[in-house]
Amino acid sequence: MSCSRRQFLKDVVGGGLVAALPASAFVFISSDEAKAALAETKVRWAFLVDTTKCTGCGFCVTACKNENEIPFDAPVTRTWVERYVVTKDGQTHADSPMGGRDGFTQREIHGQEIEPEDIDKAYFVPKLCNQCDNPACVQVCPVGATYQTPDGVVLIDREWCIGCGYCIMACPYGVRFFHPVKKVADKCNFCYHRITKGLQPACVQSCAFGARRIANLRDPDDPVTKIITTERVAVLKDEYGTKPNVFYIGLDENVR
Amino acid sequence: MKRHVLHPLWVAIGLVGLILLARVFMVPDDFGVHGPSFTYNYYRLSNIQEWKNFPVKYRGKESCAECHEDKIRMTRRSPHKRIECENCHGPALDHPDDIEFLPTNQDRALCLRCHASLEYPNNARSDLPAIVDRHHKRNRACVDCHNPHNPREDAE
Amino acid sequence: MNEEIIVHGVEWTVKELFVYPNEYIYWSIQIVMYPYMTGLVAGAFVLSSLYHVFGQEQLKDIARFSLVFSLALLPVAALPLLLHLQQPTRAMEPLLTPHFTSAISAFGIVFTTYALIVLSEIWFVYREYFVNQISVLKNARGFWNRARLVVYRILTFGAHDLSEEALRVDHKAAKILAGIGIPVACFLHGYAGFIFGSVKANALWMSPLMPVIFIMSAVVSGIALCMLTYIVIMELQAFRLRRSGSASQAGEVKGAESEIITQAARYLLGFLVAAISLELLDLIFRGYTAMKSWDILRSVMYGKDFVNIFVLQYTLGNLVPFILLLLPGRTVRRTVLALVLVLFGVFMMRWNVVIGGQAFSLSFSGYMHYHIPVIPHSLETFKEGLFGALTVAATPFVLFWLINKFVPSLRRVPGET
Repeated sequence: MSCSRRQFLKDVVGGGLVAALPASAFVFISSDEAKAALAETKVRWAFLVDTTKCTGCGFCVTACKNENEIPFDAPVTRTWVERYVVTKDGQTHADSPMGGRDGFTQREIHGQEIEPEDIDKAYFVPKLCNQCDNPACVQVCPVGATYQTPDGVVLIDREWCIGCGYCIMACPYGVRFFHPVKKVADKCNFCYHRITKGLQPACVQSCAFGARRIANLRDPDDPVTKIITTERVAVLKDEYGTKPNVFYIGLDENVR
Repeated sequence: MKRHVLHPLWVAIGLVGLILLARVFMVPDDFGVHGPSFTYNYYRLSNIQEWKNFPVKYRGKESCAECHEDKIRMTRRSPHKRIECENCHGPALDHPDDIEFLPTNQDRALCLRCHASLEYPNNARSDLPAIVDRHHKRNRACVDCHNPHNPREDAE
Repeated sequence: MNEEIIVHGVEWTVKELFVYPNEYIYWSIQIVMYPYMTGLVAGAFVLSSLYHVFGQEQLKDIARFSLVFSLALLPVAALPLLLHLQQPTRAMEPLLTPHFTSAISAFGIVFTTYALIVLSEIWFVYREYFVNQISVLKNARGFWNRARLVVYRILTFGAHDLSEEALRVDHKAAKILAGIGIPVACFLHGYAGFIFGSVKANALWMSPLMPVIFIMSAVVSGIALCMLTYIVIMELQAFRLRRSGSASQAGEVKGAESEIITQAARYLLGFLVAAISLELLDLIFRGYTAMKSWDILRSVMYGKDFVNIFVLQYTLGNLVPFILLLLPGRTVRRTVLALVLVLFGVFMMRWNVVIGGQAFSLSFSGYMHYHIPVIPHSLETFKEGLFGALTVAATPFVLFWLINKFVPSLRRVPGET
């Protein structure tokens, strides 16, 4: 019947036009620009956290807030320190008051006083964005507002983010949040504005104990890279397949 | 065959055309795939430079040494030599051009970050001298008696 | 630049035990409303298509109504998203730079496509009516009549042919669009399920069953809403007829209504059974495989959220209406109760997925409690609070009332296909 054929044709053409919309999203840039953008692939940023050295002083969290203009009293932070106390009855008590911004000066955890003689082990675990190789947060951004730079850092375009929060839900590590003033997604970016100038991230610089160190995995002479490649290190939650680039020394099995 | 069947199609085409036209004006020219993968490298290229231009706040000890070599020499003789000046003095920013005197945090709470006794076994913190806050000279600033630049000496 | 410091989520989230510092209930009531409203859209459309495509003659009247109602629901489906976005002025970006690896990017395309299909189908179904109205109103006076004349003139897109062949073409086109619309409606809601089911970071959401569960319960809610609204309107009509003395006509209306409701109820029950089976399957699997997250999930589902899940959703929202609709001697009152409970049950399902999925921390060692803002004291507590949700719930009825003035869907118009 000619009617239904016309109708079919109408739908095919209509569908094709609707498909043209997504196809036009695949904009590829010229080879010169691509080369310039990829010039930084001599660098792949990574991070090393030594939990055996962390004393829970929290200067890193304070420095990060000041350096990256995260409102000081807002209960969100780009990096934080967790405290774990494993007691003899097999329980693990963990907390992170204000992300460890003011350090840990009380023994009490969630209203429970823990006596030193009941403790098997206790330690501090700094956490920050893992700048994953396969970042789940980037995969789920509906508009291309978050992305991976050629040197491996995951950045957020503040002018383009629509604030849907999908990236925040998708991160298995909980490093993302809504910036309380800018009203877009935010997270640690290894102090990208500093490392690209040869400076250390603010948290690395402020750590008096050497618990935090930044590395360039592509530089074989980088002393931190040497530790990552030759010594026993661990990552957080590798079961999600995100391939994180923050490596830990002394990561205990009780760490969440 | 009745042509009017196609009228809604024209409307649909018009709408899609409008959206494609809107893209020309509303999407920045450098928005696209800038890397090996559409999944991870779809973004606005100029944003990278915007982040590189973000202002630096902390200058680091080497820049303090330019004028305050004496204080730094004092810390070098003590276990506090590995603490960044700006941890207690705040970010230098453009000091002294924008701020003449950096606000120094002299609260007890600052020193307690490392020196509050938690008695955790097998922990780097236990290597540090520590006090129990409520048992040691409450309501006084630590710096009243302890020199933060070299705590092994008396206060200035 | 707005320098106000508002941590999104801190107002309505209470943390318990060990929760990561940046964790809050970011996806709150509006994200519960969104799949609920899109579900109603999809369900209403499927109900309409059961007549247009599969020729279920008894559904003819409710089919026309649910088609128009699905149009009234459509803009309301987008409303919760606009209220939720931190940057609502950038809402067009998923259409401008869609990142197709994200399920949410499908929203722009699918929503637009579906809107075009619904609008086109309504156009084909009502074109004859529009053309007739033009000749009826041509010489009418009064502002409202002249306004309607202008609207109908525009709506016909110049296609005034009312010959038998033209009308046959209309009918055929409507049927084809209804057919195509079913998979698109399924996609509209399946992708919403995919949004949750693909989040590997969330132990409750991550499941390949999620898209299917969402579709099934969406159809359930859509059919239930259409049935409910239809009953209310028909009862009102019968009441008016009885009052004006036409008791026999009132009886006719009630008789027809009963036939339609019986038929629609059968479909409702079918999809209800499918939805419940899948949800129970998901639950049983999780308990059986007992992955790392099972301890905290169990304590949330069997502890804190037990009433929400097993009492409100499964019992009140699924089991009770199931029994009510199957028992013999079904009355209008009992049907209405069953339908209201079904709608409540589907809402609780969305609530238990969205809020339930954020009731536990990524650390698997802490909980987050959701306290929905009731009295708004700021824009944010309105948008993401009870009144924001009520606004979204009320809007389709307002829109339907408006649309129905131009596209009447409640009375049988002589000569219509």
